[in-house]
Amino acid sequence: MKNDKKYLFDNPNNVKRLLHILYACCAILVVLDLVIHRHTMHEWEKLWFFYPIYGFIGCVVLVIVATWMRTFLMRSEGYYDNPTETGVDNDSLNNNTLNNDMLNKKGEHHVDD
Amino acid sequence: MWMIEIPPFVPFFIGALILLFTRGMLRSVIMIAIPIVSATHLVMVPEGIHLQFAFLEYQLTPYRVDKLSIMFGYVFHIAALIGIIYSLHLRDTMQQVSAMLYAGSALGAVFAGDLLTLFVFWELLAFTSVFLIWARRTQRSYDAGMRYLIIQVLSGVILLVGTIFYAIENNTLEFGYIGLDSIAGWLILIAFGIKCAFPIAHNWLTDAYPEATVTGTVFLSAFTTKVAVYALARAFPGAEILIYIGAAMTCFPIFFAVIENDLRRVLAYSLINQVGFMVVGIGIGTALAINGAVSHAFNDVIFKGLLFMSMGAVLQMTGRINGSDLGGLYKTMPKTTILCIVGAASISAFPLFSGFVSKSMVMSAALEEGYDWIWLMLLFASAGVFHHAGIKIPYFAFFAHDSGLKANDPPNNMLLAMTISAVLCIAIGIYPQALYSLLPYDTGYNPYDATHVLAQTQLLFFSALAFVWLNLKGMYPPELRSTNLDFDWIYRRAMPNALQHIFSVIWQADRALRDALKLRLNIYLNYFSGKNGRLSILLSRNYPSGSMVMWVAVVLATYLLLSFIK
Repeated sequence: MKNDKKYLFDNPNNVKRLLHILYACCAILVVLDLVIHRHTMHEWEKLWFFYPIYGFIGCVVLVIVATWMRTFLMRSEGYYDNPTETGVDNDSLNNNTLNNDMLNKKGEHHVDD
Repeated sequence: MWMIEIPPFVPFFIGALILLFTRGMLRSVIMIAIPIVSATHLVMVPEGIHLQFAFLEYQLTPYRVDKLSIMFGYVFHIAALIGIIYSLHLRDTMQQVSAMLYAGSALGAVFAGDLLTLFVFWELLAFTSVFLIWARRTQRSYDAGMRYLIIQVLSGVILLVGTIFYAIENNTLEFGYIGLDSIAGWLILIAFGIKCAFPIAHNWLTDAYPEATVTGTVFLSAFTTKVAVYALARAFPGAEILIYIGAAMTCFPIFFAVIENDLRRVLAYSLINQVGFMVVGIGIGTALAINGAVSHAFNDVIFKGLLFMSMGAVLQMTGRINGSDLGGLYKTMPKTTILCIVGAASISAFPLFSGFVSKSMVMSAALEEGYDWIWLMLLFASAGVFHHAGIKIPYFAFFAHDSGLKANDPPNNMLLAMTISAVLCIAIGIYPQALYSLLPYDTGYNPYDATHVLAQTQLLFFSALAFVWLNLKGMYPPELRSTNLDFDWIYRRAMPNALQHIFSVIWQADRALRDALKLRLNIYLNYFSGKNGRLSILLSRNYPSGSMVMWVAVVLATYLLLSFIK
């Protein structure tokens, strides 16, 4: 049975409305910054719009740095399940094959002969 | 009154025993009754030492109640009750019994008045909780549980060594302020730190919690780390190093949380982030900071439990938990969506939600004591936690693109448990005085002044704006099926590889050495046999010594025989 019911955010206008509410809230908060007298404890807090700017820039930096971290931290989903898979780490891959070769070469002259 | 002398872990342990012999409805009733009865009992218990006896030459105190421990006592009862209601639909004796024992062990640990009792419950926490991971009954969960167990037991062993050092130095086992002026202090700090998920010792948490069962993770998130926070608050308040460790804990996990796909692992990272706030509070050590740390632990148990429960509900109903597979679930799981958003608002510390009234205390204390840079880090972490736990979790699970998954809201018992948590989150947020009256110190702190509320709201709304902006620009990292390397790579991949390499070199060297020795031996043997050969020419070349021995034996036997005949 196909679900034909229209839900709240199926209508793009509702998404737009929500975003407009968010923009309006942000604008109001900036205006309040000028209106409300704040008891600041720190000189940075006295700067105008310190919190909004810090929050916005903080999050953008967070996301950009995290995305950049993906370039060297990301591996396939089964990375740890498969001990021979090493991704970019080719050295250890070579070591593994080397080890296997050595194991095979040892043959009957192993430790206990 | 004799009832006072029963420590709170006893009813839980007895309850676990009874669970083994009961089934169905009766078992459910007993499971719910135990935390309620035990909590009612705890409310009536006055402060002080209620159980004490001598062991060898030391005083053991298995039951001590004071302002600090009773806070954790209360919240552990609440967490146990919520967790039990959440898991009522289960028909799994192993999980139910181990959850009961685990909650009991946590209570035993926070009411322990001496280090030896603490050690016993410290290890019990590990051994009882690992079954909640293994209960998933997959190879992955078995491996993760094993790593979890090894690290937890290691923490216990270090605690035991520290305890022995401490007992020798101070001639007492009392668990009070320890400080960092001795080796014992440092060992105990390391032991606490491992359980507290300090940086580079944190991967047991992000590794094991997402592999546990749907209901198991809810219990796990409540107890282990909070026991460690309690222990730190008791033993090392005001230790400056904790400020820096805690600040690191608030900041680095949020980067991992942003790129992590498994939503329960995202929550595990944000759990470390929240514990970081508590550790900073303990490190600052003023009355306000300790209050902040303790009340944040109290609130975190509830809102982090709520978030884990809502993600557990998603996993239970859809069988998926990766952000890349989910989305659009608000249509079919509306109640879970709303409850999850309440949890998300609480962890993000929106005014009128519980996180706000406790986190702001730690932040204010950091400013008051002049830790400006730490304060900036905490502020960044506050924005970050909203970003990954407050927005990312609900957005990717319930909104984002429509995954087309067919699901319903979870069973009523799960919804009830989540509702209780959500009500508590909002109630504490609206009326924080109830929580403040339980705190160890009276600071007269009021979170709801215009400055705080405005600053926090601005911070959060502009973080949300950043999220929207990044999403519209297409700069937000998409959810990808992946594993992200963290410090556990060192012991899950690098160390095994290095060991393999080292051993192959050792075997090789060993083989070369043996071959050389054998060659030498052969040379010597040939040398001797050559000499021997020349010697043999002189006496008897054709008769080997073996036949000579035989003939000597024959001659002697004949002699013996003759002597009998005679």
